[in-house]
Amino acid sequence: MEPNSHSQPIRARFWTRGTAILGALTGVGALLYLYRLVYGLGATTHLDNQYPWGIWIAVDVASGVALAAGGFTTAALADIFHREKYHDIVRPALLTAMLGYTFVVVGLLADLGRYYNVWHPLLPSMWQGSSVLFEVGICVMIYITVLYVEFLPVALERFQGRVRFPKPLRFLDKFVESALEVADANLRRFISLFIIAGVVLSCLHQSSLGTLMVIAKAKMHPIWATPLAPLLFLLSAIAVGFPMVIVESIASARSFRLAPEKTLLSSIARYTPILLAVYLAVRIVDLTLRGAWQFVMEGSVQSWMFAIEILGGVILPLVLLSLTRVRNSISGLFSSALMVVLGVVLNRINVFLIAYRPLYPEKIYFPSWMEIGVTLGLFSGMILVYRWFAMTFPVISVHSEGMMDEGRAGKDIESRQPLPIS
Amino acid sequence: MGLSRRGFIQTVGIATSAIATNKSALAEQRPASDADQQYAVLVDTVVCIGCRKCEWACNDQNKLSARSLATYEDKSVFNQQRRPDHDAYTVVNEFSNPAVGTKRFTVKVQCMHCLQPACASACIVGALTKDARGPVVYDPWKCIGCRYCMIACPFQIPAYEYQDAASPEVKKCTFCLDRLNVGQKPACVGICPNEALTFGTRREMIDLARARTRHHPDRYVDHIYGEHEAGGTTWLYLTPTGVTEAGLPSLDEKPVPAVSESIQHGIFKSFVPPLALYALLGLVMRTTRRERHGDSNNASGETNDGAE
Repeated sequence: MEPNSHSQPIRARFWTRGTAILGALTGVGALLYLYRLVYGLGATTHLDNQYPWGIWIAVDVASGVALAAGGFTTAALADIFHREKYHDIVRPALLTAMLGYTFVVVGLLADLGRYYNVWHPLLPSMWQGSSVLFEVGICVMIYITVLYVEFLPVALERFQGRVRFPKPLRFLDKFVESALEVADANLRRFISLFIIAGVVLSCLHQSSLGTLMVIAKAKMHPIWATPLAPLLFLLSAIAVGFPMVIVESIASARSFRLAPEKTLLSSIARYTPILLAVYLAVRIVDLTLRGAWQFVMEGSVQSWMFAIEILGGVILPLVLLSLTRVRNSISGLFSSALMVVLGVVLNRINVFLIAYRPLYPEKIYFPSWMEIGVTLGLFSGMILVYRWFAMTFPVISVHSEGMMDEGRAGKDIESRQPLPIS
Repeated sequence: MGLSRRGFIQTVGIATSAIATNKSALAEQRPASDADQQYAVLVDTVVCIGCRKCEWACNDQNKLSARSLATYEDKSVFNQQRRPDHDAYTVVNEFSNPAVGTKRFTVKVQCMHCLQPACASACIVGALTKDARGPVVYDPWKCIGCRYCMIACPFQIPAYEYQDAASPEVKKCTFCLDRLNVGQKPACVGICPNEALTFGTRREMIDLARARTRHHPDRYVDHIYGEHEAGGTTWLYLTPTGVTEAGLPSLDEKPVPAVSESIQHGIFKSFVPPLALYALLGLVMRTTRRERHGDSNNASGETNDGAE
């Protein structure tokens, strides 16, 4: 990661009406999460022997991982392909990925019957090379570590030159300061190794998430039952990376009363129609080769869900983001990027829930209110933690001319004081 | 009906002993394989009288909430289709045979103990394994409770203890491994009052099934369910109807884990593809940096990127 001179901790009030609502949702979600731990999956979810996976896997885990793809796509663009101008959005994307994956793990733990055994795949005696899930698990574990390492320089930047211990411990200042310096210098030397590793690990597990349902082919609706699923998952993850950055960047700018990085975002949005077109082309080829178009036309729930997914989540934003007029307007950018994001979420829901047709269903799975509550709580909680990080570490880049509200927020940032460690 | 059925059962027995003499000839035609020697059970749904004693014996053996044997004589359970669950590893369902008017037949379901089990291929920690003798075995201490085995199973067999918050387990037929270890038949086979359930090696069971269909082509569909389905199973079925009419999933002959395992092993072939991608990205990183910065920029790890 290159030094990012624009990035600063944002000074703002943490609690607003919006964050209060998110806080309430997080609180309810946490209580429901606790309820799940105490009373079990049966008391909390609508899962049964016919539907072993629900929204905690389809949304919290599978969609969560896909939406964290902004981390590796922007890292690849700015740090590997050296499109330097995009550096300003690398850090927010990295933070989204780091927190996204962290919350994916928290969500996954709720779903695991024996969550306390989650570390078992690390034991060589339990390695299971033929299991797709094993690969996903190992890759995600390593990738989370890589993400935290990639974030370290940001954390160091926050404290370097500003180490101020309380009075009795003042003598530690110099020592800690020089330790940070050494750490920073070493990180700078080796960080590119981690950045490349992050991209490789992402390609591996983003695709393998798609391989997960290949083994259940006999129970999968033919629209989504394809051996090309890993490629489709990888392509859609790459395609959703930049739209996710756009959505998140505009949303956080609005929330912090900063001007959105319009030039940068509309510039990065140019890639999206190309990436979506590649994804769409592979899907069309896949459906054609497998002779699956008849199932698209059969008028079932599955074919309607497919239509919404492709028309609303791929084709429409593809067309919209091809138009300069749309790319040059914040609302145009936001809404078309949001379509891509929701399209990918819908795709994951379709693959893991809608396409999955158990052999002997007693009743169709629909999530319980508690499952929905936990999912909402996780997403709300993540946004709040993101806000805290953005207010504590130099993540979001601020251009002084870009301040919307000079009087308030701008002055706070300019008068940034050394922040004490305590 | 009971009488005629008993008569029929006797003929089946005679037929079985009759083919015993030329069984060796049959066996010679095919190369003996590992699968041939695995333990197997033949479920003859034509011979089955639906007494559900196998359900009782299973519950008793596995210490499930077993009730008195008399309660299993209640035929009203056949009014609906039941599935195995955490408290019943095997259940018997009743079906009608459209070819013979209203005639009913009964089908026992349990884990099929596949030759190439999808559950074991899917399991993230190897909690489900294929015993070389045939059974698919579950180790709750390894299990993390992800329930991917339930997604993978093409027969929808593994059940989960959803009501257990502390240490839920995947539950399914164990093939009575404890009994096999001491030279006994599985409990359900042991209690079966006629030859609806027969225990032996897989080769023997296939030969037996073939003999029965040959001697009574009028009673059986000429197809041994499980001989090839899903790459082959060790529990084999004879049915009077097509498989779907008997409530059994219609599956092709490909082992269920074949595609996902070849994708997986392709991506990780000696770790070459991931390492190649790593090297390629390292190269891109190096060249694009040169283009953008010339050689002056060596601040951040110039010597280390692209390392392999």
